[in-house]
Amino acid sequence: MDLRSELASLTVEHLELVLVAVLIAAAISIPTGILLTRRTGMRRWVLGIANVLQTIPSLALFGFLIPVPLIGGIGKRTAIVALVLYALLPMMRNTLTGILGVDPAVRESAVAMGMTGRQVLWQVELPLAMRTILAGVRVATVTTIGTATIAAAIGGGGLGVFIFRGISTVDTTQILAGAIPAAVIALLADEGLGWLERKLSPV
Amino acid sequence: MSAIVEFREAGYSVARDQGSSEILRELTFTVEAGETLVLLGRSGSGKTTALKMINRLLSPTSGEVLVEGKPTAAWDPIRLRRRIGYVIQETGLFPHFTVAENVGLVPRLEGWSPERIHVRVNELLEQMGLPSREFSARYPRELSGGQRQRVGVARALAADPPVLLFDEPFGALDPVTRLDLQKQFLALRNALNKTAIFVTHDVREAMMLGTRVGLMRNGRLELLSPPGEFLQAENDEARAFLAGLDWKTEGNGPSQ
Repeated sequence: MDLRSELASLTVEHLELVLVAVLIAAAISIPTGILLTRRTGMRRWVLGIANVLQTIPSLALFGFLIPVPLIGGIGKRTAIVALVLYALLPMMRNTLTGILGVDPAVRESAVAMGMTGRQVLWQVELPLAMRTILAGVRVATVTTIGTATIAAAIGGGGLGVFIFRGISTVDTTQILAGAIPAAVIALLADEGLGWLERKLSPV
Repeated sequence: MSAIVEFREAGYSVARDQGSSEILRELTFTVEAGETLVLLGRSGSGKTTALKMINRLLSPTSGEVLVEGKPTAAWDPIRLRRRIGYVIQETGLFPHFTVAENVGLVPRLEGWSPERIHVRVNELLEQMGLPSREFSARYPRELSGGQRQRVGVARALAADPPVLLFDEPFGALDPVTRLDLQKQFLALRNALNKTAIFVTHDVREAMMLGTRVGLMRNGRLELLSPPGEFLQAENDEARAFLAGLDWKTEGNGPSQ
């Protein structure tokens, strides 16, 4: 396979890893963030756990997961699990911050107008927190694009394949072939999600 | 006249580190249909707490509050709140809703048809002196403080609730705008014949708007009387408030 077609396929693979990981992480962390706004007692614990996950060096986390049954092993699945664990904190924290940041007077008047808890959440809290939540999604996505290069270390594929091969063969061209597209994707994602953030924010 | 809101030895206390602290003590009074009862008091006197017990934003920790003869605890809170309009300072408008969406909120929650909501919103905006052609599509941040407050009143009136609660609605406005809104309040009250409970720390506002004035201090209702009698009251807290009205005679000069 020539470099060009390999670049194309690895880029697609990389995007798949990122997309799946961010979507799963969003599906877990945004509802959890919402729950944490209601359960003050759980807040410290859950955020603490997410924080600790964030501090594990990424290469080590990928390594730790290999022997874990069901989610572990060599390959994409393990890589996605690791990426999900990394992406949880920014989205969870921003969901929590965004909702808690809604003006208490606005929330109170929503309740006083006779909105149900669900209506307050969907019609008032989430729209007003949308910008902050999307900022969390943006941070998580950009970070994941970078971290996903390490997936290649455990056979997860993606642009990291170039980088690890380049390191082992001391071939700078290969390293750059992985690093530059990853950086470009990260910049584009940052721009695109930033645009979405401005577009969807209500105020 | 009949009681539409009734406090029966309603108390409210919150747990603190050392025991509990009483915010309201055995509050007992009734609000008759059609009257404007003003609760006057200093900050921390419990007047806002009392107000929030009417639409069950807070529940009494002792005694009970009745609305239309039924204890608030027995009401479905959602139904209860949709029968009670609520106006707070301008910050209570939804910043992500247009003026029309803010005003049409309760009718929409109540499942009115879009046409009926549209007609109602326009009618209310015109009534509040905000031509709908000009204001419907604006967002709260594009309005002046006085305009926002008018939208707040229109929103509270939207589903035609029999009872309206006002929590220092005009407190943040400049004196001229405030006077405008107070006059408009009186005109609306005479036209609509609603029951209103109005919380304020401004004795002038209390005298102007209230058919009866309740004076609150330290969680108790010290005095409840029509403004005319209130002016003659011997109560020292009442005198302290009334002193603000006749500063001229005491020769203190204008304070601002």
